[in-house]
Amino acid sequence: MSYAATHDQHDDHHGAPKGFFQRWCMSTNHKDIGTLYLIFALTMFFIGGSFAMAIRAELFQPGMQLMQPYFFNEMLTLHALVMIFGAVMPAFVGLGNWMIPMMIGAPDMALPRMNNLSFWILPFAFLLMLSTLFLPGGSIAGGWTMLPPLSLQTNALAYTVFAIHLMGISSIMGAINIIATILNLRAPGMDLLKMPVFVWSWLITAFLLIAVMPVLAGAVTMLLTDKYFGTSFFNAAGGGDPVLYQHIFWFFGHPEVYIMILPGFGIISEVIPTFARKPIFGYKAMVFAIASIAFLSFIVWAHHMFTVGLPLGAEIFFMYATMLIAVPTGVKVFNWVATMWGSSMTFETPMLFAIAFVILFTIGGFSGLMLALVPADFQYHDTYFVVAHFHYVLVTGAIFAIISATYYWIPKWTGNMYSEFWGKMHFWNSVVWVNVLFFPQHFLGLAGMPRRIPDYNVAFANFNMISSIGGFLFGASQLIFLGVLIHCAFFSKNKATDRVWEGAKGLEWTIPSPAPHHTFDVPPVIHDEELAHGNVNA
Amino acid sequence: MTSGGIRRSFTAWATLALASFGGVAHADPEPYQLNMSRGVTTWSQVPYDLNNISLGVCVVIGILVFGAMFIAMFRFRKSRGAVAEKWSHNTTIEVVWTTIPVIILITLAYLATGGLTSWANTTGSQMTIKITGYQWKWRYDYIDYLGKPISKVGFMSKLDEQSNATRQLGSGMDPYAVKVGDEHTYLLNVDKPLVVPIDTKIRFVITGGDVIHSWWVPALGWKVDAIPGIINAAWANIKVPGTYRGQCALLCGQDHGFMPIVLVAKSKTDFAKWLAAQEAQSAPATAPATAPAPASTAAAPASAQTAAAPATAKQG
Repeated sequence: MSYAATHDQHDDHHGAPKGFFQRWCMSTNHKDIGTLYLIFALTMFFIGGSFAMAIRAELFQPGMQLMQPYFFNEMLTLHALVMIFGAVMPAFVGLGNWMIPMMIGAPDMALPRMNNLSFWILPFAFLLMLSTLFLPGGSIAGGWTMLPPLSLQTNALAYTVFAIHLMGISSIMGAINIIATILNLRAPGMDLLKMPVFVWSWLITAFLLIAVMPVLAGAVTMLLTDKYFGTSFFNAAGGGDPVLYQHIFWFFGHPEVYIMILPGFGIISEVIPTFARKPIFGYKAMVFAIASIAFLSFIVWAHHMFTVGLPLGAEIFFMYATMLIAVPTGVKVFNWVATMWGSSMTFETPMLFAIAFVILFTIGGFSGLMLALVPADFQYHDTYFVVAHFHYVLVTGAIFAIISATYYWIPKWTGNMYSEFWGKMHFWNSVVWVNVLFFPQHFLGLAGMPRRIPDYNVAFANFNMISSIGGFLFGASQLIFLGVLIHCAFFSKNKATDRVWEGAKGLEWTIPSPAPHHTFDVPPVIHDEELAHGNVNA
Repeated sequence: MTSGGIRRSFTAWATLALASFGGVAHADPEPYQLNMSRGVTTWSQVPYDLNNISLGVCVVIGILVFGAMFIAMFRFRKSRGAVAEKWSHNTTIEVVWTTIPVIILITLAYLATGGLTSWANTTGSQMTIKITGYQWKWRYDYIDYLGKPISKVGFMSKLDEQSNATRQLGSGMDPYAVKVGDEHTYLLNVDKPLVVPIDTKIRFVITGGDVIHSWWVPALGWKVDAIPGIINAAWANIKVPGTYRGQCALLCGQDHGFMPIVLVAKSKTDFAKWLAAQEAQSAPATAPATAPAPASTAAAPASAQTAAAPATAKQG
């Protein structure tokens, strides 16, 4: 049964639009838009990765061999901006776009045209931001945090702020779409507490996005007016305060890092139960933990500012609130382990990445707990200890979750199995080299190496060389991933079944592989025992 | 390898590991250093102890959690014939593994709060030094010492010549050749270090002159941001004479990595001699009749060098 509305498209009755421009530029299909986001994110991952390679190449040995210090600063600034706003966030949006409608039995996202706009803003925003590298004076080079007064010293500020505004609009519209879809388009019988954890994680993340992206927009607009329109928000001589920016930025910035991990938690809670052939342990606790983490993320921002001269009471409050986040996060880790306990596990590539996530993200969480202790943070702040912490939670955390999800769902997207041998090669290389890259950075920070420096005293040389070697090899390993993806999409002869994975449960596995262009045009009949969480007693 | 050789190499490794992890008061960072050092002040063991305690807690938790995972991956493999259990929740155990972490956190928070409140108290300082961060060097001004204002002892402190020449792109010079005696001081040495007395509670007032910088000497145990328009304060009471090196710790532009800090802590007698020499140096440059207006806010205006000042000189 089709509705008259679906015949407005210039496609044949149940398939994709015929023309390239129509299908890809004018798409209103959540699967195609999801694919666009994922390909965009992968491209930006390699671009941001090449900036990281430049950084690690200069840091390979003491002395300056390859670039001027200012260019090094451009690299570290753009590396972060590209990875955060171009790789991790769009990848999670792509996964959400692809999977959420299928997981809840909806035909598409609630607002398909806005979905298209949300995506297509991004290539233009990044073209604008990356083009600043070619301006006289180069791109911004004061760190992705853009603290004033330093960030006002560049001529690339206006372009970068405009690009950030575009990215923010994209995210806000995407978040609205997610909330509208999840709250309104669930098939009858798909109650909120029967939804996959991944859907819950995106519902909560969407609220975080709507809450904080406008705050970032405010902060960068004030930078713009301070530089060009004579305001003094952050200029003490005019009655303002540079620390005000830091409060506003980090009020966005801290929820932002949770935006970058909560969908990852959702992914792990899908993958582990499938390959353990056992339901997620403590479903309600897992959902509640995600909500608690999201709430707490709003009241900890000043832990990024422990050395600016906050009043003692503020330092104590933010220390306690930050430590508190360890509780719901710990509950999630314990529940993942409890899912594995007493299970019947197999170790295909998605499961390998998911298990590595649990171990290595937890290590990142440990260094985070250490950072929360203010007197200790006086020594850790702005050193490589912090760099190690956030790379553990973002690379072995968010990125590994995205990679796990890709291996997990790509048979559904393409209808083909990827090469399990090359997937495992990718895994083992990634997990070994990522640790060679980032673990020594803990030691560098403890020994006293500050961050964001292009050169260092010879005492730091040994671990820097080891870290750089890990970096080059980790970067090279990602080319294996690229090969696996291309082979799977275009060359693999190994067809995937509908269910793909023996232990997989949920509506998305009742659809053929590859998923047809339109699915659930008619709401499915929900059988609780087919859902992963149809029968929740806790 | 001979048995003696094995024992010797084991001893060498053990010594290296112990030295790397032990809290030896290094003046410099050491190659392969694994842990922070205890520092040289009356407070600096606080971050050191918190670091070690929290690391210990994390290692124990890690062993338990990762141990359970590895056991599970071995025991509950489908290839080994494991059959999945049916249970998927247990409220009691959830309560247990929520409560135990809370107790651990409360303990850590208690330890950290004590350390923080002692740090925040700069009262009772016997000396005040003003630090200003610039792109890309530091300025040190001595404000008062033992209740007396110090006038006109202030200077810029920037990266030493040899490091600066070596760090130029493609200089071809060897960073390992930049040394002071046996110490490798590449990028950790300055032309004019900050000289201070030991066994004196020194209050540092820190600000920025252009952009935000951060003043960090690991041996003191803390860093504080140098923000234009704000004056931050911190204190240190150094117990061990020596030379302590640090760096700017907040991205401040192209030469952020090239504006180090050197702190030379002398005995009180040696410091008094040094200070007197500095004051004598700056005094003859101004005619005795001119009243130098001291930057300090200390009460007593009299200063030692107005030897033959006629009565017209009025200090204020």
